[in-house]
Amino acid sequence: MLGKLSWEAIPYDQPIPMAASTVVGLVIIGVLGWVTVKGYVPYLWKEWITSVDHKRIGVMYCFLALVMLLRGFSDAIMMRSQQALAFQSPGYLPPEHYDQIFSAHGTLMIFFVAMPFVIGLMNFAVPLQLGVRDVAFPTLNSVSFWLTATGALLVNVSLVVGEFARTGWLPYPPLSELKYSPGVGVDYYLWALQISGVGTLLTGVNFVTTILKIHAPGMTYMRMPMFCWTALASNLLIVAAFPILTATLAMLLLDRYLGFHFFTNEAGGNMMMFMNLIWAWGHPEVYILILPAFGVFSEVVSTFSRKPLFGYRSMVMATMVICLLSFTVWLHHFFTMGAGADVNAIFGIMSMIIAVPTGVKVFNWLFTMYGGRIEYSTPLLWSLGFMVTFVVGGMTGVLLAVPPADFVLHNSLFLVAHFHNVIIGGVLFGAFAGYNYWFPKAFGFRLDERLGKAAFWCWIVGFYVAFMPLYVLGLMGMTRRMQHYDVPAWHPWLLVAALGAAIILAGIGFQVAQLVVSIRHRDELRDLTGDPWNGRSLEWATPSPPPAFNYAVLPQIEGEEAYWDIKQRAFERLQLRDEPEYREIEMPRNSATGFVCAFFASFMGFALIWHIWWLVGVAAFGAVATFVVFAWRDEVEYIIPAEEVARIDRANRSARRAVLEQMRVAAQ
Amino acid sequence: MSGAAATADPHRLGRSSGLRHAASENAGGGLRAKRIITGYGFWIFLLSDIIMFSAFFATYAVLVGNTAGGPSGKDLFDLRNVAIETALLLFSSFTCGIGSIGAETRRGSWFYGAMSVTFLFGAGFIALEIHEFAGLVAQGAGPTRSAFLSAFFTLVGCHGLHVTAGLLWLLTMMAQVYAKGYRADILRRILCFSLFWHALDIIWVALFTVVYLMGAGQ
Amino acid sequence: MSDFDPEGATDVAPGEDEAEGVLTYVVGLGLAVVLTIVSFFIAGNSLVWGPSIPVALTVLAVAQMGVHLVFFLHITTGPDNVNNVMALAFGVLIVLLIMAGSLWIMAHMNHNMMPMEQMMQMQR
Repeated sequence: MLGKLSWEAIPYDQPIPMAASTVVGLVIIGVLGWVTVKGYVPYLWKEWITSVDHKRIGVMYCFLALVMLLRGFSDAIMMRSQQALAFQSPGYLPPEHYDQIFSAHGTLMIFFVAMPFVIGLMNFAVPLQLGVRDVAFPTLNSVSFWLTATGALLVNVSLVVGEFARTGWLPYPPLSELKYSPGVGVDYYLWALQISGVGTLLTGVNFVTTILKIHAPGMTYMRMPMFCWTALASNLLIVAAFPILTATLAMLLLDRYLGFHFFTNEAGGNMMMFMNLIWAWGHPEVYILILPAFGVFSEVVSTFSRKPLFGYRSMVMATMVICLLSFTVWLHHFFTMGAGADVNAIFGIMSMIIAVPTGVKVFNWLFTMYGGRIEYSTPLLWSLGFMVTFVVGGMTGVLLAVPPADFVLHNSLFLVAHFHNVIIGGVLFGAFAGYNYWFPKAFGFRLDERLGKAAFWCWIVGFYVAFMPLYVLGLMGMTRRMQHYDVPAWHPWLLVAALGAAIILAGIGFQVAQLVVSIRHRDELRDLTGDPWNGRSLEWATPSPPPAFNYAVLPQIEGEEAYWDIKQRAFERLQLRDEPEYREIEMPRNSATGFVCAFFASFMGFALIWHIWWLVGVAAFGAVATFVVFAWRDEVEYIIPAEEVARIDRANRSARRAVLEQMRVAAQ
Repeated sequence: MSGAAATADPHRLGRSSGLRHAASENAGGGLRAKRIITGYGFWIFLLSDIIMFSAFFATYAVLVGNTAGGPSGKDLFDLRNVAIETALLLFSSFTCGIGSIGAETRRGSWFYGAMSVTFLFGAGFIALEIHEFAGLVAQGAGPTRSAFLSAFFTLVGCHGLHVTAGLLWLLTMMAQVYAKGYRADILRRILCFSLFWHALDIIWVALFTVVYLMGAGQ
Repeated sequence: MSDFDPEGATDVAPGEDEAEGVLTYVVGLGLAVVLTIVSFFIAGNSLVWGPSIPVALTVLAVAQMGVHLVFFLHITTGPDNVNNVMALAFGVLIVLLIMAGSLWIMAHMNHNMMPMEQMMQMQR
């Protein structure tokens, strides 16, 4: 009746998961209770859960990412403390538990922190920057988000019910085959990723279509902001790479569930094919993560240097070259698997070549700043921190791209330090820069600058203190994922690394404080005009937060940096442009399709994991039926009357007119 | 047919029932743009699906020799069956094209007639494939016998699952046209369906060539 | 979506043909049938030199995929089809990279292993 599920699935004998899940459970109940008692449920349902508005969906993605960051980081603290303690001692985490922790850490951070964060930022900003009202397929966008949330839910449920995978964040066979991982852990991993993978693929389709096919009148491809170009490249990679992940995980699932022999030891399976395919996805994946971060930096650096981005055309070229080359380097993740010198050499050279366009980008950012009037805001600090940190990480990457060197350093802490260097220094710093940069646009008030800067300094100092020792340890021969060790020379470095994790924890504390304080002081931090940073791209032409329809009238684009030119003319004449002719606007209706589909998908995933076959059938039917019901809709759009459009736009115009008035008075 | 169409189909070119016709950006060009956008988005999705198939193809190519002492393609494949399957799918692609012309020109006889034939041919394809799979399993050459067979069943089976999903989709489309007429959004979905169906035939060309024809010759 | 797209307005959706007619489908069907029959014939016969059969089959398959793309999916090289062709080209490139790359890598996987005969000799 309930498959493999029984009361024994709850880990009563393990204090840490029991304590953690009790705390989290109480927090969830508390939040839900408070929301219900305060009467927010109808508001949340109507304005957020069933929303198909890209801005709302973007915010929800970023919120998911930040919450999962806390979970993933607590895994990190546990790992660092275990390794600091486990010198000639078992530490406090038994191996079966420690293995789940590092697997969950990697899985959560890549799939449920980094991916949602960059997808959230792209969701929020790209349609605004293109001067359009929404993405190509708004309801599909909602489905994408909720399916991602389902994946995150399943990974977190594994903490309480059952166990998680012990195979690392990529489940290499034969360890991940049924014979050597008979529990439900790997199944939790596989179904969480298959379900959220569908969501991500749909996001890719959505954004490629949007960026290539929908933009404001006059916005040709070469007038798009850099963030849109990097979003395009990233989403092209999603469309190209995620199907490989789906296929590979499906083959492992077939091995585990139906006794197939793709990657088994027996009957001719070839487990090396798994490594080949998973990294054919895995390498483009890291470029999916970093390209939007590069785009954020382009926006932030040019805004806070008060200069247009240097070398726009070369940036576009570099971005598309990175997009293509990222599909030609994947073997560098398994140089040591034995393909021989010829194969290794080709992929090693390609891995070095791909560093070149990245270098082009870094130089362009530096040239953008040179000669500009720099304002050291929080987003710019994150960008500067990125430039230094990412270059260091990139260089260690080029070191690892040399096959003989990699033979020594593969799977050592040197590798671990390298990829954290580029992911934290690149993706996470970019995400934080984008978060600080676009927060006022999303919510109508800025984040506290002082706490933001404190957070930045703690993060960057903490990062170096935590990860530079790992480079040393890798060169000293320490392997990754060690639960205990007895080499005395390693111990002091691991203590330093643990200290670094504590400093990062302080940084996270400052970020939480920044949010709380900013909300409390939101009236002082209010963004009245919609343009708090003296921005250059179109999103700053809208009020903060923008209305559902983004633009009262779609802007007519006449050059690069359209908004900057409009602004300069307004400053010269000290007068706004004439009021446009307001018309009614059609917007897509909200839909519960995403939420309901994910609801069924969650049950389907859980049932598949625990072999509750009848529930699989029911939930699958429900998910499909949801789509058919959606397709049967007659009312798909609603009308915003012209008077409403006019009212919202006039309010923003008067705020901006007030600024011009002040400038006129000051000039007299 | 015409009786049903008269009640169910408003025959209003490009206007949905219950929607006020907005004056501004939506005039005329809007629906055309929507059709292009929807078609392009589905095209991108199809390309991603083809990339997924290529991962299965690559795995098949790598594992094709790993028969673990069991039967290989040469021992198992019945090319006459494959030829009939190919003919069924190819002709169903043709009738799908006729059916989509019928939808665009709102000729119920063409649409319902051709799409029904498409469904029948597609169902025939699936029936033959299931029969083939059952036969293989019965003679001990199921997917659990060897890596080669795992790869074979997965690659061909994945295609078969796509065809089955397409058949269910086609039934839903025919039901929608019957219930709501040739509305713009339903026409867009028919466009997507025909893209899907033709793409499946393209994949089948690769399948029967690489798996069956080359496999039987070894 | 109610946005105006100056470039897109001249585009054509994939799978659409402005001057659609039954003729293209008939021609496409005819060509595809011929190509299919030739493929089956070559595979089942020894009329073509043996080792070249896989090459011939590949060429015929690619040709038939082209027939499908042009006659059934109406993908042409006109200026209104550029986006569709670019997307297709991107997809084809990725497919080639995955297939060729995987086959090349996997064929080399035992490169550093001792040859079987030598290993057997050592066992004796």
